[in-house]
Amino acid sequence: MGQWAGYLQLILDGAVVTIKLTLMGSALALVMAFLAGLGRLSRFAVFRWLATAYIEFFRGTSIFVQLFWAYFVLPLFGFSLTPLQAGVLALGLNVGAYAAEVVRGAIKSIGKEQYEACIALNFNRWQGLRHVILPQAFVLMLPTFGNNAIELLKASAVVSLISLTDMTFQAQVVRAQTGNTLFPFLTILILYFIMASVISLAIRGLERYLTRGLDGIRS
Amino acid sequence: MEWDWSFVVQILPTLIEGVKITIIATLLGSVFAAIIGLAIAIVRRSKNRLISMPVGFLAEFIRGTPLLVQLYFIFYVLPDLGITLSPLVAGVIGLGLHYGTYAAEVYRAGIDNVARGQWEAARACNLTTRQTWTQVILPQALPPMIPALANYFIAMFKETPLLSAITVLELMNQARSIANYNYRYIEPITLVGAFFLVISLVSVVGLRWLERRYGKID
Repeated sequence: MGQWAGYLQLILDGAVVTIKLTLMGSALALVMAFLAGLGRLSRFAVFRWLATAYIEFFRGTSIFVQLFWAYFVLPLFGFSLTPLQAGVLALGLNVGAYAAEVVRGAIKSIGKEQYEACIALNFNRWQGLRHVILPQAFVLMLPTFGNNAIELLKASAVVSLISLTDMTFQAQVVRAQTGNTLFPFLTILILYFIMASVISLAIRGLERYLTRGLDGIRS
Repeated sequence: MEWDWSFVVQILPTLIEGVKITIIATLLGSVFAAIIGLAIAIVRRSKNRLISMPVGFLAEFIRGTPLLVQLYFIFYVLPDLGITLSPLVAGVIGLGLHYGTYAAEVYRAGIDNVARGQWEAARACNLTTRQTWTQVILPQALPPMIPALANYFIAMFKETPLLSAITVLELMNQARSIANYNYRYIEPITLVGAFFLVISLVSVVGLRWLERRYGKID
């Protein structure tokens, strides 16, 4: 067992990279989701087109291709990215496009009477969105955001192929050094599953916190 | 670095070879996922918790872990246990298992949507369990699921580049070997992206048609 301790340490170092990547990617995805989701609901056609083009492009091509494009092709246009930057960029933009549709759907599902109430209270569009619409819509978005974050965590394994030393990369290193396959791959499968479970528990907790005192009001 | 059309024409035949493998892997993976998904969905409904609980946990586990690692597991670990698979077979099994767990959720929702009265009617007609499923429940449950299933199969199609990591010579792998050999990344990688975008946009049109044809719940 003793010989595995060192290798386990290697995998745990990779786990830190995976967690960092997931957190930073999720932050970027959240920003992009609101930008593009609100953009699709904009009064101005330009914003609607831009948002639609962004969403269709990133949902239409594979995350794998986007990552390779960011890492190998962008430098040819003069943007050199480190593997970590390319990973965060590709993951964040890709998952952000999926989450943008969640933002749009949740906002559109808020009843018409809420918008009428905003007008009755003499709120402008931003105030109505900020104080009335979003607080209700955000609770609806949360469960799907949780799923999106898990998708992002799973997609982050792909960055090992552009030589970023995440968990999957380290497992390959252990496999190459020891020739043992079961130990590294089973270990990281379990670690990924634990991380995914933590995300879904955290989202469920946050949902409970945000809906406290609303029992019986929300159906 | 400039875009070079003559290079594009030169590499196109190799890329099309990759496209064929990509499409074969997607089709086989879809069939496998559809079958695995149905099996998981039916087993999870079993009254015997000793059967339904482990299968349910396994499905959750597969859904919560990355496809890439599962592919590595199938490709590298199974040979040590005495099961040697060709890269393409390993890839199809990985895709099928992974998306089968997603398809199982679609089946579950579809089966739950069949009205209770239909189960009772099947019992009243003295049908066996097998007859109830094949003659009454599934014919009603399956059509509304088709658009949702198709959605996952499009998603699977976009995940096929992962198979290049276990040495399947699909589109992405062909593009990478061209890129490494000629040291030109811009054309091959961009073409792969364009190819995926075109196929995805076409399949979205197909999906809309499926939704109109089967999606209605009356």
